Amino acid sequence: MATRLTRRVVGAAMTGATYSAALLAILPLAAILVMLVMKGAGALDWDFFTRSSVPLGETGGGFAHAIVGTLMMVGLACLIGIPIGIGIGIFLAEFGGGALGTLVRFVADVFNGTPSIVLGIFAWTWLVKPMGRFSALAGGFALAVILVPIVARTTEEMVRLVPNSLREAALALGYPRWRTSLQIVTRTAGTGIVTGCLVAMSRVAGETAPLLFTALGNQFFSTRLLEPMAALPLQVYTYAIGPYDEWNRQAWAGALVLILLVLVLGLGARLVTRGRQRQA
Amino acid sequence: MTASPVTGAPAPRLTSEDRWKALRTVSRGDVVYRAVLTGLALLLPLLLLTLAVELVTNAWPAIRRFGFGFFATSVWDPVAGRFGALPLIFGTLYSSLVAMVIAVPLALGVAIFLAEFAPRWMRRPVATLVELLAAIPSVIYGLWGIFVLLPLLRDTLWPVVRPALDWLPIFRGTFYGPSVLAGGIILAVMVLPYVAAVSREVLLAVPAAQREAALALGATRWEAVWTVVLPYGRTGIIGAVILGLGRALGETMAVTMVIGNRHEVSASLVEPGYTIAAAIANEFAEAVSSLHLSALFYAGLVLFVVTVAVNAVARLLIWRVARGSAAGSAAI
Repeated sequence: MATRLTRRVVGAAMTGATYSAALLAILPLAAILVMLVMKGAGALDWDFFTRSSVPLGETGGGFAHAIVGTLMMVGLACLIGIPIGIGIGIFLAEFGGGALGTLVRFVADVFNGTPSIVLGIFAWTWLVKPMGRFSALAGGFALAVILVPIVARTTEEMVRLVPNSLREAALALGYPRWRTSLQIVTRTAGTGIVTGCLVAMSRVAGETAPLLFTALGNQFFSTRLLEPMAALPLQVYTYAIGPYDEWNRQAWAGALVLILLVLVLGLGARLVTRGRQRQA
Repeated sequence: MTASPVTGAPAPRLTSEDRWKALRTVSRGDVVYRAVLTGLALLLPLLLLTLAVELVTNAWPAIRRFGFGFFATSVWDPVAGRFGALPLIFGTLYSSLVAMVIAVPLALGVAIFLAEFAPRWMRRPVATLVELLAAIPSVIYGLWGIFVLLPLLRDTLWPVVRPALDWLPIFRGTFYGPSVLAGGIILAVMVLPYVAAVSREVLLAVPAAQREAALALGATRWEAVWTVVLPYGRTGIIGAVILGLGRALGETMAVTMVIGNRHEVSASLVEPGYTIAAAIANEFAEAVSSLHLSALFYAGLVLFVVTVAVNAVARLLIWRVARGSAAGSAAI
């Protein structure tokens, strides 16, 4: 039988252990962010945002093509993915009680857990193989496949939160159900849905693996959807594993810009929800 | 959950026949609306089906050629057209195992801290920081791994611990940096926030009465957690761990950048390895023959089947604890 003292000592020790676990978990975050700022900020200059890659041997050059590429492909993914995702989310919340709802919910979660590289080869079989070339379109499609389930699941949760009395009020005023759902329910859940989209965008913006053999990357500035296109994470990858100091230096700068993009989207999501909570 | 007001029962006093009558008078727009949404929802299962079909058809030449021998042989020679995925499968499992061994205790500690011990003012910020860890793109972990973690392990840590660990088979060999160990550590950092967030939700779902009962019987707070709260949430925590495992198995970029990418089976943690995802990332765009491509599809199919199975099990376990959707998707 443990004495009272040992029990208390064990309790204190384990409590301390959970404190240190939390500290240890946050340590890498701090380490990564500090390194990004230290190494990345130095390589950031005007050229970085306005110029594309320069041929080997020349110094300078920048990530303009990659930044534009990422914005374009994430935009494309949103164009395809957000309407579909929101539609599926509304279906799940409003009509998702039956077997189909359970199936779709489950499949959405399975997609969420599927390695993004597998979704990349899927996009390859659909868009790269038949067309015979790597393209930004295929990259955007691959990102859309990742985006849809995330948007769908958050939309579902947000639509579910809308009080029934609102729906009943609209129906009592003679609104048909579809207008109730689209105009009243979706608008009420609007900020929540926007949050979900922003979170999904921030996740997708940092994806590298599905772009490796869809968008492929490009050393030159290109805005054509049917040609290979550069992307921020792809460029960071290429420059990180490359053997040149100048490349590595720029990889850090690219990573800093990438994380800022991801964090701004994530922070935006948080701000949107906070505004909503204050309203309520 | 089943009786959504838009589809189902607005007023409880109506009989189901009344409801059907009411539905019949509904405008045509409603029918169209529902049909369109149902069509969109059907897209997802269809997409999953086509994904599976595409993987199998593209992998078929390799499946016919190598059969189950694919899992048992180690030769990967694109030029000679011989492919065995044993090193890839072994490396995937091994690096994920290392990651889970490191991440699970830490993640549980974080979850217990956030759900039980942390002062109220610390909970939100710490939870946010841990979530932030999940938001960092994989390629940035890889970059950090190459330029910070590898030198740290190789030049600072390894010389110190080597004399103590040298006799263990898993630490035998020359340590150049890129290794299963480095891959496992990076994976651990990446998987930790998922396991911690889901476990935390599971712990929060344990009824307060359970804790109070234990405390009333004279348990210390730790004993209440250890003997009551954790066993109560066990199923969900196992689900969280399996979910994390699924992430680790399929993670690509960071692992590709630090694991060394060598087609060999080695029990040593300090030697380079390879994973399925990394092989696809490295070789897919530059596959030398259609058989090479097909072999990569075969490996991708294996990865897909394994991660789907792992995720399905995890979801079922988590759903059982936190009914509905909350715990599963909020954290992801």
